[in-house]
Amino acid sequence: MDKSAREAYVSFNNVQKSYDGVNLVVKDLKLDVQRGEFMTMLGPSGSGKTTCLMMLAGFETATSGDIILDGDAINDVPPWKRDIGIVFQNYALFPHMTVQENLAYPMQVRKVSKSDIEDRVKKALGMVQLDGFAGRRPGQLSGGQQQRVAVARALVFEPKLVLMDEPLGALDRQLREQMQYEIKHIHENLGVTVVYVTHDQAEALTMSNRVCVFDDGVVQQVAAPNILYEQPDNAFVAQFIGENNTFLATVKEKNGDQCVAQVDTGETLTALAINIGQSETKTTLSLRPERVTINPNAGEFKNVVSGKVKELIYLGDHIRTRLELCGQDNFIVKVQNAARHSHLLEGETVQVGWHIEDCRALDAL
Amino acid sequence: MATVQQPIIIDGRPLKEQLARAERRKKYVAFAMVLPLLLFILITFAIPIGSMLFRSVDNPRMITLAPQLTAELSEWDGQDMPPEEVFEAAVKDFKLAAEAGTLGRIATRVNYSMAGARSLIVKSKRKFKNVTEGPYREVMIKADKRWGELDTWKTLKKVSVPYTPVYFLNAIDRDLDGDGNIVKQPSEKRIYVKLFVRTLWIALLVTVLTLILGYPIAYLISTQPPRISNLLIIMVLLPFWTSLLVRTTSWIVLLQTQGVLNDLMVWMGVISDDGRIQMIYNLQGTLIAMTQILLPFMVLPMYSVMKTIPLSELRASQSLGANPFITFFRIFLPRSIPGIGAGGLLVFVVSVGYYITPALVGGAKGQMISNQIAFHMKSSLNWGLAAALGTILLVGVLVLYWLYDKVVGIDKMKLG
Ligand SMILES: Nc1ncnc2c1ncn2[C@@H]1O[C@H](COP(=O)(O)OP(=O)(O)OP(=O)(O)O)[C@@H](O)[C@H]1O
Ligand SMILES: [Mg+2]
Repeated sequence: MDKSAREAYVSFNNVQKSYDGVNLVVKDLKLDVQRGEFMTMLGPSGSGKTTCLMMLAGFETATSGDIILDGDAINDVPPWKRDIGIVFQNYALFPHMTVQENLAYPMQVRKVSKSDIEDRVKKALGMVQLDGFAGRRPGQLSGGQQQRVAVARALVFEPKLVLMDEPLGALDRQLREQMQYEIKHIHENLGVTVVYVTHDQAEALTMSNRVCVFDDGVVQQVAAPNILYEQPDNAFVAQFIGENNTFLATVKEKNGDQCVAQVDTGETLTALAINIGQSETKTTLSLRPERVTINPNAGEFKNVVSGKVKELIYLGDHIRTRLELCGQDNFIVKVQNAARHSHLLEGETVQVGWHIEDCRALDAL
Repeated sequence: MATVQQPIIIDGRPLKEQLARAERRKKYVAFAMVLPLLLFILITFAIPIGSMLFRSVDNPRMITLAPQLTAELSEWDGQDMPPEEVFEAAVKDFKLAAEAGTLGRIATRVNYSMAGARSLIVKSKRKFKNVTEGPYREVMIKADKRWGELDTWKTLKKVSVPYTPVYFLNAIDRDLDGDGNIVKQPSEKRIYVKLFVRTLWIALLVTVLTLILGYPIAYLISTQPPRISNLLIIMVLLPFWTSLLVRTTSWIVLLQTQGVLNDLMVWMGVISDDGRIQMIYNLQGTLIAMTQILLPFMVLPMYSVMKTIPLSELRASQSLGANPFITFFRIFLPRSIPGIGAGGLLVFVVSVGYYITPALVGGAKGQMISNQIAFHMKSSLNWGLAAALGTILLVGVLVLYWLYDKVVGIDKMKLG
């Protein structure tokens, strides 16, 4: 994790959470979020993302550890004094109030003057492109429009922090992508700090400054999207983010930042030593499908093995090719559908090769 | 250029006609499915209600039991003393009725509108026995001089019409005088308006009490996890599982002057032995018992509405800066109004017609209109008046329902 001199705006200091006194749902969480950052918590269902968010919002108490917001520990501050805007997955708009009243609500309870409220509601509606919808009730809006109102409501009172828990989960794919960009732009324009929760990795990569990958209540890696994809720290992250080819192998020797590992069928491969143990321990070799070359020129790559084409799937811009090699029958290669791409046939035996730098030796899954 | 759209033809028939045929079959099936219930409701509900409404204005007794008299009276203009034919018809009809044993019923009917009429008719019966020819007028006046009074005949004419507003007038403490004017009943007979007001008042009090007591319970149940909330619901419903009579009786045991509660308070020294509090056989008794009995009707609709208020809305409110107090009044309470409306209406409507509890624990001061209806149904046998009272009650409830719809909106009501 980045332990820079910049002071964190939000931080979880060794936070633990248990609902039942038996299982820890969040384990020893350490996480810093910088001011103005768009931080996404990404993880499979049940990994504790919502729990973290609810602790931050004040609706769940941390079993131990501190949560800091803007320099103050907020463990004992009740939710209504935390000044945190939340966008809920089901929007949680107030159905008995109009859009105008929904947006005015946080300012009314803060006793903002009437004319100020009106100005700010108007601006907020403009920001989410819903001018002219002020008089409607939530029930008279489409899902996407309700979503925008929810976003506007969480921002209109200029909170210190905005939390979003899978806010786009209920939208269809096209609308979801559009809203991703809109939320991203709003974040860029306002400079507000956002903690965002999703289990959709594409969404996390598109929107975030940094992503925190969760599994089973434990942070696996916190990094910018490109780092997360290209330099995963462990096998879980490599698997979870994007598509990935893996080999289970045994470490044979370690040379500086590289290592040689032997797969069960006997081939030896060289990889970057990222997260491995001593010689003769197990490791997972991880390799992105788009970094593999079919039938390379002699001497181009250090790692070259032969494999058998099992399946070809035509996908327009590329051809998804499934190979059997090194005892792995689910080895995927993306062959670009470019001018000079190799025409493969099912059942054919080919050579495949890759750079040492593209293959990472990680912990054994 | 506008083109006229041609009807679409399939297999030589217009599409519209085919659609109608296809839909018709569906309608028949749907109708057949509800038919048994429709018949059941018709026989057990619509017909009895209709007959009750009808009975409140229907006045068939004189017509069937004294047909000649009724016919003659309807000819008479009611201004001066009636002609000889009326007297003749009266004597003949009374004699026939006496033989048939129906004179008592005639007497009773006339008695509703004229005190003392029963004894007059029964007394005269003996004197008419041997009369076979006129002049009937003298015979009757000789039998009792009241037969010579215009008012007596006016009353007879009044009770002999086929349809009468008198029952309704009586139900609101009014009557028709001999000249057909609406007048107030003598003050000792003015009981129904007061009773209607008291009935509405009791129903309102019970509604308010069940609301005050039930709202927090409903809220508590709605916030519990299913395992606990189911248990609490069962406890709320527990009263339904014991007989109403048993429960009411247990209130008597508990609340009477020599009852458990008074004994306890005397024992603790809160009150002296002479100062025992009368908690039953009065308005208080009716209120306590009815509130307890009707509480589930209030709690269940409110619970079913509160259950649907998502936690996330309350959390959203708090995250927006509203403390739990504001959150309750601005979010939770408005969202629970359909439940309050449904529960309130239910309790009110049920209590307006309550009968057994006031009868058992109400004493004189805790009686409601239904007790009077029951009295006229079972003891005085004045079914017309009972029907009129019932009809007024029914119309009153419908008016309330209509008002509720105007103010809150029926579509907002949620019964489960
Ligand atoms: N109120 C609660 N009481 C007991 N256990 C809970 C409660 N809320 C969540 N849990 C448990 O805590 C774990 C983490 O739940 P959480 O809701 O944080 O997951 P999540 O990462 O948000 O998952 P999802 O992507 O499905 O929303 C789960 O195993 C869940 O069963
Ligand atoms: Mg969640």
